[in-house]
Amino acid sequence: MLDFLSNNKIRAFLFQTFSVVVLIYIGYHGIDNLFFNIERLGIRSGFDFLNNRAGFDIAEYLIAYTPDSTNLQAFYVGLLNTIVVSIVGIVFASIIGLTVGIARLSNNWLIAKLATVYIELFRNIPILLQILFWYNLALIALPAARHSTDFFNLVFLNLRGIYFPSPVAESGFYWVIVAFIVGLFLSFFIKRFFKQKHYLTGIKQPTFFYHILSIVVLPLSVYFLLDSPMHFEMPVFLGFNFEGGASFSIEFLALSLALSIYTATYIAEAIRAGIESVDKGQKEAALALGLSKAQMFKLVLLPQALRVAIPPIINQYLNLVKNSSLAAAIGYADLVSVFAGTVLNQVGQAIEIILMTMAVYLTLSIFISLILNIINHRMRIIGLNE
Amino acid sequence: MSTFKFQSSKQPPKLQMGVIDWTMKNLFSSKLNIALSFGAFYLLYLIIPPLLDWLIFSADFTQKSNAECTKEAACWSFIRAKIDFFMYGLYPSEYYWRVNLLLLITLIFMLIAIVLKNHIYKNRGILLMLSIYPFIAFLLLYGSETFAIKIIQTHQWGGLMLTLVVASVGIVASFPIGVFLALGRQSKMKIIKVLSISYIEFIRGIPLITILFMASVMLPLFFTEGVNLDKLIRALIGITLFQSAYIAEIIRGGLQAIPKGQYEAADALGLSFTQKMALIILPQAIKASIPNLVGASIALFKDTTLVLIIGIFDMLAIAELATSDPQWLGRKTEGLVFVAIVTWIILYSMSRYSKKLELRFKR
Repeated sequence: MLDFLSNNKIRAFLFQTFSVVVLIYIGYHGIDNLFFNIERLGIRSGFDFLNNRAGFDIAEYLIAYTPDSTNLQAFYVGLLNTIVVSIVGIVFASIIGLTVGIARLSNNWLIAKLATVYIELFRNIPILLQILFWYNLALIALPAARHSTDFFNLVFLNLRGIYFPSPVAESGFYWVIVAFIVGLFLSFFIKRFFKQKHYLTGIKQPTFFYHILSIVVLPLSVYFLLDSPMHFEMPVFLGFNFEGGASFSIEFLALSLALSIYTATYIAEAIRAGIESVDKGQKEAALALGLSKAQMFKLVLLPQALRVAIPPIINQYLNLVKNSSLAAAIGYADLVSVFAGTVLNQVGQAIEIILMTMAVYLTLSIFISLILNIINHRMRIIGLNE
Repeated sequence: MSTFKFQSSKQPPKLQMGVIDWTMKNLFSSKLNIALSFGAFYLLYLIIPPLLDWLIFSADFTQKSNAECTKEAACWSFIRAKIDFFMYGLYPSEYYWRVNLLLLITLIFMLIAIVLKNHIYKNRGILLMLSIYPFIAFLLLYGSETFAIKIIQTHQWGGLMLTLVVASVGIVASFPIGVFLALGRQSKMKIIKVLSISYIEFIRGIPLITILFMASVMLPLFFTEGVNLDKLIRALIGITLFQSAYIAEIIRGGLQAIPKGQYEAADALGLSFTQKMALIILPQAIKASIPNLVGASIALFKDTTLVLIIGIFDMLAIAELATSDPQWLGRKTEGLVFVAIVTWIILYSMSRYSKKLELRFKR
């Protein structure tokens, strides 16, 4: 009678139906409880709170923000801060990671050992501990605002942050940007033109000079033709702290320092693994073909090493973006600490806020994996696995 | 007549390098290397002496009070005074023995597992220990009224003990869920597959801290009124949910490494799906993924520090808390450095172990 159970298709159908029913039951129960609890605790629901007045101050903002702004604006401020600290972290982590990764393979014993020590030291300490450590160290070591350390009276460093002159664009500056974009396009076409020429005639010409001309000299000449449409606003010490100019808070500095130092260890290892993955025969063959050492590195070693190294490196970028959420521990105004922290405490609508925060990180990571897929696709060995 | 004359053999070429040779070869082999070496020496000169001075030479190891210590160097008497706090948190001191006893039992169990290595009862023995261990741990750490063991509420737990509890519960509890998710992802059943993939990718796309926030502020709203899960339990649920997605991806890697022939052979033998998985596929897949599983455990151990953000006092949170004692103001650096040293030792040995395993599995 129960013979039909031996049929795989029927079993699969029954099993899946069962799982779905269980999930729906749990979901229904949870949501039922949720509505009951929301009513019982008098929590409002819906996304209306986004348009309400935020009523709290944020230390660092890139878009206009005052306590009178809405919660939605606070959300954008946090999101932008997350993105800024992530980009800064990614840039510095890449620079440090590349240096340390190459240093680890150096034939200089001391340099190689130093790189190893760096990696083993910072990789095995939790990132949150590092963030707290650098923050704590900065607070101890840096002078108070009144006794700021200054560099040429332009840049000031104290325990609140680093203050530097900010460029202020005047009316004509718009044209300089236009010139820069035109320069970029120009440089792109120059590259294509010479590549085509190399392809057809075999003549290779250095193009560096033309690129400089189009990207740097063109915008600069427009800038000076328009009589320098930009000035710098200096930070000035007023009463308690610096006003004017641009600044980064000490929280930002500590966070980006810790993130880049920590992530750099993983990037260094990825780069080392990439370089080591290239077979020795490849190097020898390239040299035997008469390529110079620099050509061997650029044309043979690097492309193959990068194919191995880039996927883990991009994964590390993703981790860095996620780790930037630890800003909450030192109070840097990132998405989690502004939105899932302060706004949540004021509004109390946990469901909407946590889901929105998760959605942002999910979008960021899908975006980064998309980039990874595109790069993987472009770097694949053509003809292999096809 | 020429006779054979014995000739003494020549000296073998030198295999060992002298100090000078070694330095010339490894430090000063080219102009660039000379510059780099001197640069590195200068860097070390800048970092090492002040660091050692702060850590050891000018530091205080006796039992001075905060005021007697200098501001310029470490005051390790702070750690000495607070060591119990760092290890056990607010756990009542008259019950420290319960934690210590659990540690002892853990070590004994590990020893038994090692002794049983090639014994026929190995698997049964380990299974038995694994099944009774959680109860012992619960009774000793938390307590029970029926057995007249005084209950210590979880908000009193803290320090290294809590760190270890969170990490080990996370590692152990996420494993079975991870295995099921990995199987689900590989499954031919469309709905199961889609559910598994969405779960795994969702969790992997968001930071742990948002999951912890969810567990601490959102989760209670989903329970029936009156059901009030402990804060630590909620954090543990969050960590387990998080870790299981990563374990699933690792096991999937292991599953992919298994040749198709194994599946086909199991089918040909007439094994059911459960038998096939439990007896043929999973043992091999799990074995292949052991190095990565250790790697994931290392990552989880590092991530446990995040519980401090939702107000659970692991060792890092204790370092922050201990300096709020007015007697020991301004000694946060010492606390953080101490925690860093302890976690570094644990994590470094774990990562060495995983490297060793990796080498062993490569052969």
